[in-house]
Amino acid sequence: MKALCWQGVNDLSVEEVPDPGIRNRQDAVVKVLASTTCGSDLHLLGGYIPAMRAGDVIGHEFLGEIVEVGPDVSRHKVGDRVVVCSFIGCGRCWYCENDLWSLCDNSNTNPGIAQAMWGYETGGVFGYSHAMGGFRGAHAEYVRVPYADQGAFPVPEGVDDASAVFASDAAPTGWMGADLGGVKPGDTVAVWGCGAVGQMAARAAMLLGAERVVAIDRLPERLDMTRRRIGCETLDYTATDVGAELRELTGGRGPDVCIEAVGMEAHDTGPQHWYDKAKQMTRLQTERPAAVREAIHACRKGGSVFVLGVYAGLADKFPLGAMMNKGLTLRGAQMHGHRYIPMLLDRIAKGELSTGHLATHTMPLDEAPKGYDLFKNKKDGCVRAVFRPAG
Amino acid sequence: MQRAKTAAAAATAAAGAGAAAWWLKSRSGAPENAERWLVVTVNRPPGELAAGLAPAPLARLPEPLAELGDDIVVEVRPAPGGKGTELAARLRDPRRAGVVDRVRGNDPRQQVRSALRDAKSLLETGEVLLPDLPTTRPTPVGEVLELATRRAGGEGRL
Repeated sequence: MKALCWQGVNDLSVEEVPDPGIRNRQDAVVKVLASTTCGSDLHLLGGYIPAMRAGDVIGHEFLGEIVEVGPDVSRHKVGDRVVVCSFIGCGRCWYCENDLWSLCDNSNTNPGIAQAMWGYETGGVFGYSHAMGGFRGAHAEYVRVPYADQGAFPVPEGVDDASAVFASDAAPTGWMGADLGGVKPGDTVAVWGCGAVGQMAARAAMLLGAERVVAIDRLPERLDMTRRRIGCETLDYTATDVGAELRELTGGRGPDVCIEAVGMEAHDTGPQHWYDKAKQMTRLQTERPAAVREAIHACRKGGSVFVLGVYAGLADKFPLGAMMNKGLTLRGAQMHGHRYIPMLLDRIAKGELSTGHLATHTMPLDEAPKGYDLFKNKKDGCVRAVFRPAG
Repeated sequence: MQRAKTAAAAATAAAGAGAAAWWLKSRSGAPENAERWLVVTVNRPPGELAAGLAPAPLARLPEPLAELGDDIVVEVRPAPGGKGTELAARLRDPRRAGVVDRVRGNDPRQQVRSALRDAKSLLETGEVLLPDLPTTRPTPVGEVLELATRRAGGEGRL
């Protein structure tokens, strides 16, 4: 079959690889109908996530049709159209039973690598390095789905592929930021990043009752899309003092909840950006945490900061003093998608959550390297490229 | 462009080597105590595992631990806060293994870690998840990572 393979830093190609098959009794094999780029893939492309091997298939956000099931799969049958959660969860360890699915104890087949990096391992992820299990990614014609009863979710009638695919990762990630960030009715929420995850976090905050939501970015087309399609206010950080704007908008208090949806390759203005970039390029730090720093400074006293952006290791100039002295709650997580995906598909079906607009560019899998070029370099207003392996 | 790619590859290789060194050193800040218990918490009621172990404990152990036979000693105890059951194992005759043993996969504690993880998976889910078959091609950085991957099931902070 065809698949998009990581060949090295900023080097992707579509290759022929062996078809996947059933490896465990609880597996299914899914024929991919649509998969999409994610900002976290850019960290793999850039070489910032070290545990990649030449030839690894990337991609983790997808939906498809089940074409084969293992003997112990009971909730799905061949022909079902399903969204698959990007994280793999067994559903029966303590973490899965407590809805902390991305922390699954049983789905990362290389636990020793992540334990050395972080103390404990995360669950497995499709197409996201050998530190996260080394599973093949979703930019392929077929994907093996372990623990299929837990990780695959039927798509409601009437929800098209281009909308449903974002229920695999972007929508639940954004929702989790607002939910676990503690958004309450009446809150003011600031979201850093107007990519797909940031837009979903902003919409989630609105649906959870936030009175005012402000999203922050620098790209005019993303700011415009967020205003029009999500319906919240926006700030262009290259044109204004974000901290001062947020103070003015909140009566001097600062946002109640700050959600960071940017990650380890944050852009910024001024010397901070070049300082972070130089240290990241020389591997003296793995992150460029400008958005996290700003969120911590901007947040109101006693407020909550949730880190949704992906980080790999160590950050420099982390404002620990602001976090401690202002009494902030700082939290982060890879996404616990299984707890949100059925609810999100239902909201998409009801029209409460718009996702289809995120797919700004749709193309066959053969053109996936071009799709990543558009996406990485923010060309042609690209917010997400969606690949259709079947054409 | 090629120079940039080479520099990036070198940086990645250096990062990989650094990660490997960190990985090997991660548990060696102090001399490793080869007698220390290795423990997993299984999300099953304590009574279920205890019943499974009585009256002939080793014969009733989950297969991955049973395969280690008399080489290991096993203990089962309730985990606090309703978190299930702690399943602990250690070598009956522990020996200190060095870095070379660990890299070569000759540290017997690696077998105990793998067996504990596999036993936990079997007890919780009924299977041990297998990795996907690789689509990779050999490269110098990839070989280092391949070695780390081969040892990952028996290493880590268990």
